Amino acid sequence: MAHDHNVNPNAPLEYQSEVGRLNITGFWTFLGAEIALFSTLFASYFALQSRVGDGPTSTEMFEAGLVMIMTMLLLTSSFTCGIAIHEMRANNVKGVIIWMIITLILGAGFIGYELYEFVHYVHEGVTLSTSAHWSIFFILLGTHGLHVSIGIGWIILLLIQLARRGLTPKTASKVFISSLYWHFLDVVWIFIFTCVYLMGMVS
Amino acid sequence: MDLKWNEFIITGDPLILGAQISILLGSIAAVAALTYFKKWTWLWKEWLTSVDHKKLGIMYILSALLMLFRGGVDGLMMRTQLATPNMEFLDPQHYNEVFSTHGVIMIIFMAMPFLIGLINYIVPLQIGARDVAFPFLNNLSFWTFFVGMALFNISFIIGGSPDAGWTGYTPLATNDFSPGPGQNYYLLGIQIAGIGTLMTGINFFVTILKMRTKGMTLMKMSMFTWTTLITMLIIIFAFPVLTVALAMQTFDRLFGSVLFTLHGDGNPMLWVNLFWVWGHPEVYIVILPAFGIFSEIISTFARKQLFAYKAMVVSIVTISVLSFLVWVHHFFTMGNSAEANSFFSITTMAISIPTGVKIFNWLFTMYRGRITFTTPMLWSLAFIPNFVIGGVTGVMLAMAAADYQYHNTYFLVSHFHYVLISGTVFACFAGLIYWYPKMFGHKMNEKIGKWVFWIFIIGFNVCFFPQYFLGLDGMPRRISTYLPEDGWTGLNFISTVGAFLMGLAFIIFVYNIYYSWRYAPREKTGDAWGLGRNLEWATSSSIPPHYNFAVLPEVTGLDPYWDMKEKGLDQQKNVDYKPIHMPSNSAVPAIMSVLMGFAGFGLVFHWYWMGIVGAIGIFITMIVRSFDYNDGYYISVEEIKETEAKANK
Amino acid sequence: MSQQTKKGHFPWKHIIGFLISIALTLVAFATALWTDWSSSTIFIIILIFAVIQAALQLVMFMHMTEGEDGGLISGNTLFGFFIAIVIIVGTYWLMTSGHMHMGMSM
Repeated sequence: MAHDHNVNPNAPLEYQSEVGRLNITGFWTFLGAEIALFSTLFASYFALQSRVGDGPTSTEMFEAGLVMIMTMLLLTSSFTCGIAIHEMRANNVKGVIIWMIITLILGAGFIGYELYEFVHYVHEGVTLSTSAHWSIFFILLGTHGLHVSIGIGWIILLLIQLARRGLTPKTASKVFISSLYWHFLDVVWIFIFTCVYLMGMVS
Repeated sequence: MDLKWNEFIITGDPLILGAQISILLGSIAAVAALTYFKKWTWLWKEWLTSVDHKKLGIMYILSALLMLFRGGVDGLMMRTQLATPNMEFLDPQHYNEVFSTHGVIMIIFMAMPFLIGLINYIVPLQIGARDVAFPFLNNLSFWTFFVGMALFNISFIIGGSPDAGWTGYTPLATNDFSPGPGQNYYLLGIQIAGIGTLMTGINFFVTILKMRTKGMTLMKMSMFTWTTLITMLIIIFAFPVLTVALAMQTFDRLFGSVLFTLHGDGNPMLWVNLFWVWGHPEVYIVILPAFGIFSEIISTFARKQLFAYKAMVVSIVTISVLSFLVWVHHFFTMGNSAEANSFFSITTMAISIPTGVKIFNWLFTMYRGRITFTTPMLWSLAFIPNFVIGGVTGVMLAMAAADYQYHNTYFLVSHFHYVLISGTVFACFAGLIYWYPKMFGHKMNEKIGKWVFWIFIIGFNVCFFPQYFLGLDGMPRRISTYLPEDGWTGLNFISTVGAFLMGLAFIIFVYNIYYSWRYAPREKTGDAWGLGRNLEWATSSSIPPHYNFAVLPEVTGLDPYWDMKEKGLDQQKNVDYKPIHMPSNSAVPAIMSVLMGFAGFGLVFHWYWMGIVGAIGIFITMIVRSFDYNDGYYISVEEIKETEAKANK
Repeated sequence: MSQQTKKGHFPWKHIIGFLISIALTLVAFATALWTDWSSSTIFIIILIFAVIQAALQLVMFMHMTEGEDGGLISGNTLFGFFIAIVIIVGTYWLMTSGHMHMGMSM
C-alpha cells in the first residue's frame, strides 16, 4: 500500500496518485497548524492593540487607499490562482502557466506595496521598537508577507518543473498544493484587513 | 554580542570542566571507534539518512535515553544542593541554570522524543503499514529534533545555559534581566526541535488516518494508535502557538521589539499566557501516548481485551478538546479576573473525569484476567496508584482559591513529578521493555529489570512524596538553598536519598541493556511474549524486515493478531509475493537541519551573518528537494522470498 | 467535480466567488469608514463579512469539501477554527480583565 501507483483516471490529475492524495491531505493538515499559528498572532495583536506607549496609534498612520489597493491585488491574485487550477483540470499546461504568472505578478505587487508601507512607517519614525502595538503589527504583517514571498518563490520553482515535465499526477498535485497555500494566505489577509486595518481606522 | 574567549567557553567551574573533558573524551572515543571499525559509511547509509520508521524510532529512543541521563544528572545536582541547609555545592546562578535545563530537557528532549520514538517504531506496524505517509519528513523531524537538542545542550559549555526557568517567563527572560546568550539558546533550540515535532504531528496524523491496512476501521485500531492519533492532533494545533511565542520572544531579544518588555508598553503576562496555551496541551501530548502504552501492556498481560474500548476512545477524544481549555490553571495567581479563574477551575476539574474513566477501564481490564507479572506489567501496575496520587493533588491545585496556597511551592513540584514520572517515564520504561524484543530481537533480562523497577519505584516515592509536605510547609520551588531554622532539613534529605535511588536504577537499567545484548537468548518468533494482541507481533521475524509485512495483513476485529492466532492463521505464509515499493533514503534532511543549527548558533550570539548564511543554505536544500523526483524503488519478489525464508526458519 | 474536468468549461464558480468577495470587501470598507455606528457594532458586522468571505475561499476556491478526504479536511479545518476562537477570545479575555480592570478602577 505504501506509495503504490494505483491510478484512478476519473479523478482530477492531482488526486490520481497515492502520493498526490497523501500530500494534499497532509498539506491541509498543515494549514490547520497555520490557522493556529496565525490565531496566536491575532490573539497577541488584540492583547497588545491598545498598548501604544509614546508612539502613534493606528488611526494616525493607516492610509485607506493603500490598504484597498493591497487588498484588491491579493484578492485578484487568489482568483487568478483559482483560474489556473481550473485550467489544470482542463489539462491545459499553457493556461496554468499563464494564469500562475499573472498570480505571481499580483502577489509581487502586493509585496511591493507592503514594503513601501513598512519603509514609509520607518521614515515616519514608527519601528519595531516604538511600542508593543507596533511590534506586533510588524510581526503579524511581516509573517504574512514572508508567507506570500515564500509562496512566490515556491510557485516559480513549480512553474519551471511544469514547463519541463508537463502535467503529470505529480506536478499537478504540487501545483494544486501551492494553490491551496496561496488561497489560504488570502484568507489570512481578509482577517488582517478586517481586524487590523479597518478596525484600526475606526477607533 | 561582544564576548571574550573566556566568556565564550565556560571556564572556572570544576563540574562544568569535568563535563567538558568527558564530552571531549567521549566524542574522541566515538570517532575513533567508528573509524577503527570502518563504520562511517554504515552509519551514514543505514541510519542517519534512513527513512525507515523503525530505525528513526530507535535513534529517537537512544537520544532520549542520553537526555534522560543529562536531565537526571541535573536533577541529582539540584537534590545534592538541597540535601542540607546552606549547602555550597552549586552557587545560585548555577542552580538557576540547572533547574532551567532540567525542565526543558526532561519535557522537550526526553519525554517527547522517547514517546515519539516508540510511536515511530510501533504505530506503522500496528496499523499494518509499510512506512509512514511522509518518510522523508520523518527523517527531517528526527534531525531537527536532534539539532535542536544539540544546540540547547551545548549552552552549558559554550556561552552559558538559560537560567530563567523552563517556562522562560518574561520580564525575567528579557534582555533587561537576562543578558547573555543563555535564553537565546532556549528560544532557538526549542524552536528548531519544535518544527520537527510539528512535522511529526502532521505525518502520523495522516499516516494513521490514511494508511491503515485493509479492514482496520477507526474503531478497530489499537489503543496506542488511538492515543497517538489524538496526540498528533493536539501537536498540530498546539505547537504553532509555541512557535509563535518563541519567535516573539526571539524578536524581543534579538531585533528590539517590545512585546514582553517592561518598557515600550509591552505586556510580560502575554508570554505567560501564550506559553501555557501551548504548555497545557503539551502535558497531554506527553501523557496520552503513555496511556496508550499502559493500555496495550495491561490488556496483553491480563490476557483480556481492553475493558470498555469505546469509553476509552470517547474519553481520549474529549481530552483533545478539553486540553485546549484549561491552560489558565498554570497561572491562577497572576491576577486574572475571578470569572476567568472560576471558568478555568471548572474546566480543569472536568478534564479529570475522562482520565478517571480510563483508570477504571484499566482496573476492569485486569479484573478476572490471568495476569503475568512481567517487568512491563509491573511498571503499568505501579503507574495506577502513583498516577492517582498525582491526579488527586492535581484536582486540589485546580481549585483557584486553594491554589494561592500551593502555587510555586514544592507541593506543585511534587504533583507534576507524580504525574509526569509515573505517567510518562514509567510508560517509557514499560514500553521500551515491552517492545524491546521487537526492536532488537531479544528481551531485556527480567530479573535485572525487576530490580530496576523496585529500586526506581521506591526511590521515586521516597524522593517526591516528602515534597508534598515540604510544599504544604511553605518551601517555595526554585530556591537554591534554605536555612536550618526553616525546618525543611529532614524531608529534604530523605528526598535526596530517593533521587539517588532513581539514579542508581537508571544505571542498572543501562547495564541491563548491555547485559541483555550479551547474554539474553534470541527470539525466534515475532511474538516474543507469546501473548501479543496487535499487528506489531504479526511480523514474520522477531525484528521486522524493513518492508514490515511481505503481505499486508487483513483485519476483521479488535486485537487482530490474537484473532489470527486463535484461528491458526499465518497470513505471511504461503502467499504470492508482489514487488514492494519503498521510499529512498535522503541526505537532505540531515544537511538542512545542520544548517538550521548553524543559523541558530549564530543568532544565539547575535552573529547575524551566520543566520543569513544558514537561511540561504536552508532555502537551497529546499530547492534541491523540490526538484527531486525520486519515486523510491521496488523490492523484487526474489528478495522478499529470500528474506521471508530466513525469517521463518 | 466531474464538470470541472471537462475541457473548456467556463469558470463560473470562480467568477461568482470573486465578485462576492469584492462586494464583501467594499461593503466592509464602507461600513468601517463611512458609518458612525459604535466600533463594536462595526466590528461584529465586518467580522461576519470576513468569515463569509473566508468560507467562500475555502469552499469555492480551495475545494475543501471535494475528494475522498473532504470530510476529514473539513473537520480538521473546523477544529482549527474552534482552536482559533479559543486562543483569540481566551487570550483577549485574560489580558483585558483582572489586572487591567483593576488598574482602571483604581
